[in-house]
Amino acid sequence: SCGDKQEWKDKGHAASLCLVPVSLCPPTSLSWCRGSAWTQLQGLKSSSLLLFSGPEIHFILLFSRQGKLRLQKWYTTLPEKEKKKITREIVQIILARNQKTSSFVDWKDLKLVYKRYASLYFCCAIEDQDNELLTLEVVHRYVELLDRYFGNVCELDIIFNFEKAYFILDEFIMGGEVQETSKKSAVKAMEDSDMLQETVEEYMNKPAF
Amino acid sequence: MPAVSKGDGMRGLAVFISDIRNCKSKEAEIKRINKELANIRSKFKGDKALDGYSKKKYVCKLLFIFLLGHDIDFGHMEAVNLLSSNRYTEKQIGYLFISVLVNSNSELIRLINNAIKNDLASRNPTFMGLALHCIANVGSREMAEAFAGEIPKILVAGDTMDSVKQSAALCLLRLYRTSPDLVPMGDWTSRVVHLLNDQHLGVVTAATSLITTLAQKNPEEFKTSVSLAVSRLSRIVTSASTDLQDYTYYFVPAPWLSVKLLRLLQCYPPPEDPAVRGRLTECLETILNKAQEPPKSKKVQHSNAKNAVLFEAISLIIHHDSEPNLLVRACNQLGQFLQHRETNLRYLALESMCTLASSEFSHEAVKTHIETVINALKTERDVSVRQRAVDLLYAMCDRSNAQQIVAEMLNYLETADYSIREEIVLKVAILAEKYAVDYTWYVDTILNLIRIAGDYVSEEVWYRVIQIVINRDDVQGYAAKTVFEALQAPACHENLVKVGGYILGEFGNLIAGDPRSSPLIQFNLLHSKFHLCSVPTRALLLSTYIKFVNLFPEIKTTIQDVLRSDSQLKNADVELQQRAVEYLRLSTIASTDILATVLEEMPPFPERESSILAKLKKKKGPGTVTDLEEIKKERSSDMNGSAEPASVNASAVSTPSPSADLLGLGAAPLTNSAPPPASSGSLLVDVFSDSASAVAPLAPGSDDNFARFVCKNNGVLFENQLLQIGLKSEFRQNLGRMFIFYGNKTSTQFLNFTPTVICSDDLQSNILKCNSICLFFGFCALCSTKVQ
Repeated sequence: SCGDKQEWKDKGHAASLCLVPVSLCPPTSLSWCRGSAWTQLQGLKSSSLLLFSGPEIHFILLFSRQGKLRLQKWYTTLPEKEKKKITREIVQIILARNQKTSSFVDWKDLKLVYKRYASLYFCCAIEDQDNELLTLEVVHRYVELLDRYFGNVCELDIIFNFEKAYFILDEFIMGGEVQETSKKSAVKAMEDSDMLQETVEEYMNKPAF
Repeated sequence: MPAVSKGDGMRGLAVFISDIRNCKSKEAEIKRINKELANIRSKFKGDKALDGYSKKKYVCKLLFIFLLGHDIDFGHMEAVNLLSSNRYTEKQIGYLFISVLVNSNSELIRLINNAIKNDLASRNPTFMGLALHCIANVGSREMAEAFAGEIPKILVAGDTMDSVKQSAALCLLRLYRTSPDLVPMGDWTSRVVHLLNDQHLGVVTAATSLITTLAQKNPEEFKTSVSLAVSRLSRIVTSASTDLQDYTYYFVPAPWLSVKLLRLLQCYPPPEDPAVRGRLTECLETILNKAQEPPKSKKVQHSNAKNAVLFEAISLIIHHDSEPNLLVRACNQLGQFLQHRETNLRYLALESMCTLASSEFSHEAVKTHIETVINALKTERDVSVRQRAVDLLYAMCDRSNAQQIVAEMLNYLETADYSIREEIVLKVAILAEKYAVDYTWYVDTILNLIRIAGDYVSEEVWYRVIQIVINRDDVQGYAAKTVFEALQAPACHENLVKVGGYILGEFGNLIAGDPRSSPLIQFNLLHSKFHLCSVPTRALLLSTYIKFVNLFPEIKTTIQDVLRSDSQLKNADVELQQRAVEYLRLSTIASTDILATVLEEMPPFPERESSILAKLKKKKGPGTVTDLEEIKKERSSDMNGSAEPASVNASAVSTPSPSADLLGLGAAPLTNSAPPPASSGSLLVDVFSDSASAVAPLAPGSDDNFARFVCKNNGVLFENQLLQIGLKSEFRQNLGRMFIFYGNKTSTQFLNFTPTVICSDDLQSNILKCNSICLFFGFCALCSTKVQ
């Protein structure tokens, strides 16, 4: 009987049925599209065309153990509201993880790679097929650069010199791609501009507002 | 006392930040912020022109307030003004502000673009860098329009400094991603390829990133990069630790560049030139060898960097899928990682192995690790690692280990996270059906699924088990018996009642001889669950009862009493009431013969038997090996407009053997349709012809692909150098949906591309909807057709 015509459950993932590898598809609860199910389909695999079309890194978030955001760098265009929503969600997910877990979390069609340094969590969102281990080292690299610049960097440095934290990140990652990985050249421009070293007295003579 | 910043420290900013931190409540914070905003506003509006330092300070404060989460609606003008300062720190803050608070005011955009233009033309590398960064950060259409033409020139100009080249490459990449139409290929592309040979590894890194993305859509344009990439990679991988000095990261030579080069190589098939191919193979072997050497450092950074390169190399090996030796080695390496101390490595190994499992060269090798994977499933503490283990078990499943794997997955299901249960249920159902040799096992598995995770067993799954039981004589008795026993559990899931109700209604007679499952006992058992069930289940049970009246006349009066009761005849639900009334009447007035005819056993679902096959059988008699060519021709008419695309999934031609009957999940039972007329619609493969011929033959080369649709719903239908057409179909009850995918394999866009679905008139009415959602995802177009 066709009394109640079965509504076709549209999962709204038109993209997920493309000739693209699963990793770009939003995961659905019916994982027709997810990795292993699709790799069974020999026909499509043999002529699959990989897509590295998004930036390696979609965004980077630094937040404290209380969930306070210390830095947010977005490499894709998103409305402000969306950014706030994403941030809240991710902070919650990461803070809930315990020590024994891996450093990788599947989230929507991205992967979160995170690591905690002292009181700060560093979290990068990468494409599903990106290199996770290397992203961990991107985070480490960033921390090394911060450490070199500030000398024994701590969370307070990043709070009070937030703009410098952004500048250092920019020297190293551009448009979501790792730009420069040599020890010497990174932060060179920053250090050049900081050649003007002022004394404490000079600093204290500046207005306090 | 806040940390004093270097250089030109902004004291006022530090004090403000301190104040905010000292606020005891949210209200206090907001109060302080508003006070500051008023202060800044007045400063900006004031008579005195602000000096650079102050402007910088206030703009930075505004930025800080914004990043705290508050809205800022002024300050853009002042930020733009900072752009024209000659002091680096002031410029920097100006650029940071406008990249974070992107404003779409056209006047502002004009001013910003102007400032950027000036900085680009300044020949000062640090200023150029800032400008390029800003473009890369914002990447708006307006910026792309203004600068997309100029940046390639900067990139390939001989006198551009290395640092600027790097920035230019990545900036161009960003623009290409957001506005590909504004970045046409040109002379500069070959020069970009040459950057792979550059001395400066930073430049090479940036160029590789750029080429990797560009090459996806313009593979011909950049194919010369393959050999350059291979030689570069080879040099890095074989370099002594004293080379590459500055780019060595914890004793690993240029890991970022290595990974990027490996990714670039994944955009292309294995190199044709044997020399290049040989060199690449050598390179990959070196990487695999190095993984076996003792580590040069105990630090996790060293192992991460080294393994990052290793995993990417394995990715490339899997992508090429052409060197059995490498594939097996990769598999062994991953096998070692499966038992590594570090959770991350186990996770990645499980993930990588999934893809290896589907390669014919390494499938067997992957299977050898089954015990380790099962162990991971049982002992891993991280749920995402356990998930990877499930995925891998699913991927490595074949006839030889299906029973074991299904058993383990069922085991896991008992304690699995709720969020992943539905997926596991489906996987188990698919595997059980696909690899069932003994269908009693299949029935057991599905009933177990219902028992363990009944809530997550969707309709498709239990419809399926019923279809299969109905179609297979040999398992009907077993199913009836098993379901009967299962129903005896004190608390059983409603899905089980549905399945049980249906099966007993059809085949209860097969076990009625045994006194423990006599008709009355069967009826009482079902009826005891009746009041606990939802309306649809009760409706199903009522149907079962009337079937019982036919099967077991001796309990007819008992059943009639039930049907006659007020709770049925006056039931609030219309469907239940109607059924009760009609069934009662039927049982009263129909003679036994009529009753037997009406309530005859369900015929086998015809999806199993393709209408083509039926026609052939009729023509040539049953059991003959039919002509493959004829099947294909007939199937061509089915393919394109058939009212039952599922008929294409008939069993293999030669003998209707049980195993070949297996279909993908979700194929709904379809009513018998008339055999398709001989001259129905043409096959859509000939897309570049102008006229749509009435009956077009299968395009050359697609015969094999076509034949594959005998056994599956999805796959590549047709492929040539220009175009790839793929098909995916899904079915649910009386509705079917076919998706046709067109992949553009050329480097140019298709113009005037119009896909058409042609089918014969009498089948046209069965097509509910034909959407052309033509989305050009770079090179993909989708077309979906709903078919009934």
